[in-house]
Amino acid sequence: MWRQWIPFWQPGLSPHSGDVDLLFTGLLMVSALVIGLLFFLLTLFCARYRAGNQTDRDHRVKKSWHWEVSWTAASFVCFLGLFVWGASVYFQIYRTPADEHDVFVVAKQWMWKTQHPGGQAEIDALHIPIKRPIRLVMASQDVIHSFFIPALRLKHDVVPGRYQDLEIEVDKPGHYHLFCAEYCGTDHSGMIGEIVAMEPADFSNWLTQQAPSSTLASEGGQLFRELGCSGCHSGGGTVRAPPLEGVYGKPVPLSDGTTVIADDKYIRDSILLPRSQVVASYQPVMPSFEGKVSEDQLLRLVIYIKSLAGHSS
Amino acid sequence: MSAKNYLTADFTLRSWFLTTDHKRIAILYFASLIFFFFIGGAAATAIRIELATPQADLVSSDVYNRLFTMHGIIMVWFFLIPSIPNTLGNFIVPLMIGARDLAFPRLNLMSWYIFMLGGCVTLFAILAGGVDTGWTFYTPFSTLYSNSYVIVAAAGVFIAGFSSILTGLNFIVTIHRLRAPGLTWYRLPLFLWSLYATSVILVLATPVLAITLLLMATERFFGVGIFDPRIGGDPLLFQHLFWFYSHPAVYIMILPGMGVINELVSCFSRKQVFGYKFVAWCSLAIAAVGFLVWGHHMFVSGQSLIASLVFSFMSFIVAVPSAIKVFNWTATLHKGSIHFDAPMLYALAFIGLFTIGGLTGLFLACLAFDVHATDTYFVVAHFHYIMVGGMVTAYFGGLHYWWPKITGRLYSEYWARTAAILIFFGFNLTFFPQFILGAEGMPRRYHVYPPEFQVWNVLSSGGAAILAVAYLMPLFYLGYSAFFGKRAPANPWNAPGLEWQTSSPPPEFNFAPQPVVTREPYQYNERFEAEPQNA
Repeated sequence: MWRQWIPFWQPGLSPHSGDVDLLFTGLLMVSALVIGLLFFLLTLFCARYRAGNQTDRDHRVKKSWHWEVSWTAASFVCFLGLFVWGASVYFQIYRTPADEHDVFVVAKQWMWKTQHPGGQAEIDALHIPIKRPIRLVMASQDVIHSFFIPALRLKHDVVPGRYQDLEIEVDKPGHYHLFCAEYCGTDHSGMIGEIVAMEPADFSNWLTQQAPSSTLASEGGQLFRELGCSGCHSGGGTVRAPPLEGVYGKPVPLSDGTTVIADDKYIRDSILLPRSQVVASYQPVMPSFEGKVSEDQLLRLVIYIKSLAGHSS
Repeated sequence: MSAKNYLTADFTLRSWFLTTDHKRIAILYFASLIFFFFIGGAAATAIRIELATPQADLVSSDVYNRLFTMHGIIMVWFFLIPSIPNTLGNFIVPLMIGARDLAFPRLNLMSWYIFMLGGCVTLFAILAGGVDTGWTFYTPFSTLYSNSYVIVAAAGVFIAGFSSILTGLNFIVTIHRLRAPGLTWYRLPLFLWSLYATSVILVLATPVLAITLLLMATERFFGVGIFDPRIGGDPLLFQHLFWFYSHPAVYIMILPGMGVINELVSCFSRKQVFGYKFVAWCSLAIAAVGFLVWGHHMFVSGQSLIASLVFSFMSFIVAVPSAIKVFNWTATLHKGSIHFDAPMLYALAFIGLFTIGGLTGLFLACLAFDVHATDTYFVVAHFHYIMVGGMVTAYFGGLHYWWPKITGRLYSEYWARTAAILIFFGFNLTFFPQFILGAEGMPRRYHVYPPEFQVWNVLSSGGAAILAVAYLMPLFYLGYSAFFGKRAPANPWNAPGLEWQTSSPPPEFNFAPQPVVTREPYQYNERFEAEPQNA
């Protein structure tokens, strides 16, 4: 209802965007009050105390400290309220995503490449089912990009060298803008796409129609063999390497005595920087694959290793 | 005109380019800054013309990217940062404290030469082919992917930074050491308090910018992995370092503007600034807390959520002293005797525009809304309300206020008021629609954009046309008055500040007998009903 008070603003389309809209309305109302009061006083003083106007100028406020303390306190309390409100919504927006339907996003100059686990790939577009949280796993091939859907009031930078998770959920079917919001070079303003939100049934149909011959996991498995990973990690090899079956999502003891959860980020880092976090009781002998695999290939490897999660080692 | 003043003391070129007189150096800066202002303004004009339609029609993307980068670099480092401190500050600080010159007159001249060297290097980068990184030089785009004159442009900014440091140092020492007898800290005009706070930031923050640019150039030139993840660096490290300078730099730009407003509001309501001590200490509070808010530029970058929480909180805190200042200026008007001369029109415009800029700053400090609004036109509108609506307005206000002192001539009040009003309307028409664009989600630095954003862009470009004309006007009527204007008396505004106690324009060494201060500043009360001499 309160969205209609901001006539130029398109309503948001997700549960979180409603919270952001309400926050925006709140900020606008606070601002309107402050500006209204200030402009009223400025106008009043300028009119009444203009030079030459005969009016009472005696009994000026001499001691100012109680005024100072009161408007300092008032500003502080008001700001504190806005801070708490904004922060609580922020934590909901960026909460750790529920691991449901994963979509993989690779940003590069100047396109968005999106892939579903079944292997359905798109350029500058992303089909998703409505009313269902989707976890995006985003990576950048080159410079910093920023994944921005105005209709969801949602944005996150995609920084090269790391994975970024982001949860999105859309309430209504439709086509929505996807922008790159972080300046990324020549064709920055051409790095736009659309989010196509569909009824779940339509989405299943779409997935089936688009289904390629192989899934991302099976392509990853193929890479796993081509790059020679299987030589050591699949047992039977001459070099001792930790087996990868059942590893995903489990705690892994490291040689320095600490433990990490084997998530997407850990697996990615282990491929690119294998000597930074070595599994306990193994030798740091794995070569780095930095510069040898693209973000697309990395994603497939990660998904393949993830697909081994159900297997027992 | 019998006695010689600083303008008529010597007419040779040598006497200008080797001068150590703070007033002449201020004039050198003034001429240089006009030049840079109109270069930066030309880039802005081209940008606004291009954005009048959603398609690319005037320039290609590569040229567009170079235009906004040039606009940013020139306006930030070669206009806004030196604007009030190096022109008005240079001229007025020694006069305000009753000194013959700044503490280090030769250093002052050297700072101008360094500034011009930095400016020339930057202009060379632009003429050679331009830079397309944006003024923020974000890595790894700037270190690996950009195919433009990044190192040359960064070198220009790096060099200009030393000029900032020297100026800051000079002001700090001058304000500490050269105050006239009786001029205690609490008798200083508030302009000096804010310049003092500004100088502290200049000296402490600028070296960090130099280090950051040096690291960036090292990575780009030698391939040392600092910011690029492919060779073991971290791109966010650059943002932390860059904003550790560049957020305090925002206060370098706005604090001197606030200082000018104190002088104007007080003079034209014929009343002491309300809550003098609060306003003075607010300047220092802003300078101090301003160092602790840089992470609010990175709420969506992937920095830890807890870090974002702390930076958001500190950003709300830093807004408190700014709010206090606005309330104090308003309270100063209460029971004053308000004259609406051109400088006062600028001051009133400043209060309104700065408040809008400040309030929208709260929107952006507010974490969840920033996720939506950051990197959109909302941010562009916000910082233009502060930088242009605030700082440039204050600069014009101060320029008109001290113009009779600087040139010894009076400008046309009619044209000055017309320009002030035109700037106010042109400014709002240019930048208010950009808030709406940003709220609707139009990202910044977009050369082409979806057609639904066109209406607001056309309004903004229309406003920019008015603003361009309005900004050109002072060039003509002020320029005319400098040569043909009526001669100004020593104290045209009937103001009690020390700078008005000497002739207009001042003699070479400012004061014949050393002035002695016996009163607090802004003692307008006893001449309460007196009209300015030129009215």
